Amino acid sequence: MPKPNLPTSISLWRKIVNKLMTILVIIAVILAIIPLLLILGDVIMRGAPAISIGFLTHLQKPPNATGGGIANAIVGTFTMVGIASIISVPIGIGAGIFFSEWATSKVSTFSSFMNDVLTGFPSIVLGLFVFVIIVYPTKQFSAFAGGIALSFVMLPIIARTTGESLKLVPMTLREASLALGIPRWKTVIRIVLSTGKNGLLTGILLAVARATGETAPILLTASSSIYFAKSIFQPTASMTVLIYNYATSPYATWQTQAWGAALVLIIIMLGLNLAVKLTIGRNLSGKKVDL
Amino acid sequence: MRFRLLRGDVILKILLAAAALFVIGVVVGLAVELFLGSAPSLFKFGPSFLVESKWQPSNNVFGAWPFIYGTLVTSAIAIVIGFPISLGIAVFITEKLKSHLTFGYLLGTLVDLLAAVPSVIYGLWGVFVLIPIIRDYVERPLSKSLSYIPLFSGHPFGYDFLTAGVILAIMVIPTMSAVTRDVLSVVPNSQREAMYSLGATDWEATQKSVLPYARSGIFGAFILGLGRAFGETMAVTMVIGNIPSVSSSLFSPGATLSSIIANQFGESSGVFQGALIELGLILFFVAVLINGLARLLLWRMTRATHAKA
Amino acid sequence: MLGGAIKISKYKTMDTSTVKLATKDLKANFGKLQVLKGINLAFPENKVTAIMGPSGCGKTTLIRCLNRIHELTPNAKVEGEVFLDGVNIYSPQVDPVAVRRRIGMVFQKANPFPTMSIYDNAVAGLKLAGVRNKEKLDSVAERSLRMAFLWDEVKDDLKKSGTNLSGGQQQRLCIARALAVEPEIILMDEPCSALDPIATAKIEESIASLKKEFTIVIVTHNLQQAARVSDYTAFMYLGQLIEFGDTKDIFENPSNQLTEKYITGEFG
Repeated sequence: MPKPNLPTSISLWRKIVNKLMTILVIIAVILAIIPLLLILGDVIMRGAPAISIGFLTHLQKPPNATGGGIANAIVGTFTMVGIASIISVPIGIGAGIFFSEWATSKVSTFSSFMNDVLTGFPSIVLGLFVFVIIVYPTKQFSAFAGGIALSFVMLPIIARTTGESLKLVPMTLREASLALGIPRWKTVIRIVLSTGKNGLLTGILLAVARATGETAPILLTASSSIYFAKSIFQPTASMTVLIYNYATSPYATWQTQAWGAALVLIIIMLGLNLAVKLTIGRNLSGKKVDL
Repeated sequence: MRFRLLRGDVILKILLAAAALFVIGVVVGLAVELFLGSAPSLFKFGPSFLVESKWQPSNNVFGAWPFIYGTLVTSAIAIVIGFPISLGIAVFITEKLKSHLTFGYLLGTLVDLLAAVPSVIYGLWGVFVLIPIIRDYVERPLSKSLSYIPLFSGHPFGYDFLTAGVILAIMVIPTMSAVTRDVLSVVPNSQREAMYSLGATDWEATQKSVLPYARSGIFGAFILGLGRAFGETMAVTMVIGNIPSVSSSLFSPGATLSSIIANQFGESSGVFQGALIELGLILFFVAVLINGLARLLLWRMTRATHAKA
Repeated sequence: MLGGAIKISKYKTMDTSTVKLATKDLKANFGKLQVLKGINLAFPENKVTAIMGPSGCGKTTLIRCLNRIHELTPNAKVEGEVFLDGVNIYSPQVDPVAVRRRIGMVFQKANPFPTMSIYDNAVAGLKLAGVRNKEKLDSVAERSLRMAFLWDEVKDDLKKSGTNLSGGQQQRLCIARALAVEPEIILMDEPCSALDPIATAKIEESIASLKKEFTIVIVTHNLQQAARVSDYTAFMYLGQLIEFGDTKDIFENPSNQLTEKYITGEFG
């Protein structure tokens, strides 16, 4: 058959398109990095002037007074994240183990699906939930309610990461243990869990980081306060709500303090995320846990 | 052979199943309690709540439409801006940086860092830095020259749909690009090589073999980003103005389902509070729908890859 | 140009008028690992040349250098020259994309594009080159599928997805896809290694008829296949060309002891 006439060198148009797409793709990367640099830069530049030892150790003060600090907010945030962790870590790890070790049970698959739906849920809805079940009946905003709300933020993250990490533990390890006559419950707790403990730690750190940065759920449940909370059943300040209140206020002193608080918060957040990257970060079968 | 059912095994399984059931309980409880909490408003207004565009707390008249509208508009802006950028980042890292894996990893980490910034700090930055920039360099010029187009009508103050959309775009980029990156990296190399061996340029190989192969995963990333945009609260509430509006202008202040709850919940009670909780109920269903859809798509994509391999 | 004859091994030279593709001191690396240590080989036009050797000898890397696919792997490097009709395809003025149009490839595991129909798979390369005319596309699709001995089996199902075909059919589809762009040379990297004997036989049948129009280079670890299908055979070992010649000569009367050991199965 005769050979049809086809071009043997590539057309100019195709070369142009190829170069153009490369440029566009690089522009996309630049457009994404610029806001990051701007935000971090602004937080550092505008927040640094507000930072001092006093800032970290004094109580909040009215806008015209000097020497105000965010000590109660820092304590409030740590308290609520602490409460949230006490609740969400055991339950989250428990659910995660169930997802991995009893993966075939219907309860497990359904729960895992529900868990995925809960991950990344609009946190304000979680705040409404806790408001309805705790705050409204008790007519009381409290750090306790805030902690519960944050636990719902943390729970799905921990359960998911735990489940994924434990699934990576090779089957042969479990089989070897059972073959030695070690009962299943001991196999799971001693062997599977300790092999996968890095992944668990990552999940907990990610969840803590996430909870530390949340505002909406605690806005509706712990409200805010200018004092240290005397008990967990009272309203409390928190770093995020403080930033929100100060930033939306008309007072320059408070606005500067908002930037200062933001700087402190970012340092904590980046520190936590760095800790995650250093432990394993992306090494859960090369797949990142999306938040 | 019969094995004695070990007590330890039973106890552990019960404990763990309880934890798993707790998760289910939270989601179910969420629906139930939101339903109960919105009862005063739910029963007063019925289904017309969804299309009513008046929101007047002082007159006890409430409607969800302005907030559904606001959520749709801001999310649309966020996706229109954010999706192409996320796709570009993902393509760049997986296709162009194959020989420079550490650089790709660092770049990816940098973009992921955007996800670690709390929403309220985005809001803070939005109020003091983004709003002046958008207002003075984008909105005022557009308003001067193109105000006859409804999209650009009205006097811009900076607290509007556009700013909220832009901030949302920045916030959804890390999620969408991370998922897209993962999805693109599982496309088998033989697909690219088949295209190359037919005489394709780099971009053609990506466009005609990699992207189609990964398309359901990419769509999943898209939906995930959309879900993120729908639920974002603090950054939006700080820059959107929180005035219920169905204006077609980008420069009009508005409100989303989540932003208005954050903004007005503190002073609400009775039917007003019920109405806000009902908005939360709507948000709940939207989130479940979108999240469920996204996970389904991503799950199908990973299954399909294993099947084809 | 190369002059009147090419020396391809200690024992053989070849008349350049019959040579379509030739390598000169071809070296290839993966990072620090040197896979090809200086290959001098010539592929005669309209003939089938088989490249055989034990695992790790570099035969796959060699053909991937022939259509400039090897360099796409991260940290891969190529040195030396490859002459297509006397022109060095590695010279800086040559666009690798254009080279790959003229030298087609069929891969070890069939890789049809899963999101495209059989028809679209076959004409994928043409569409890349900018051919839009429906009649031209139809006629080329039919022609290529016939040459790959697949037309009769799929002619009523052209719009169906390529992934529903059997392994052997998918591989023939890939052959048709490669043929459609009218390359002058077709490189085949162990095309039948994942296929059953019947599918293998069909592909070998098509190779026999394809060589009338194309120059074919086939990498295989199956000695019998090399003996059945090829006119010339090259034997490689640890990145070097050990022997090259008429297939009959190589199999019945190898000049090199290593070749003889490989053919008789002493190692492999």
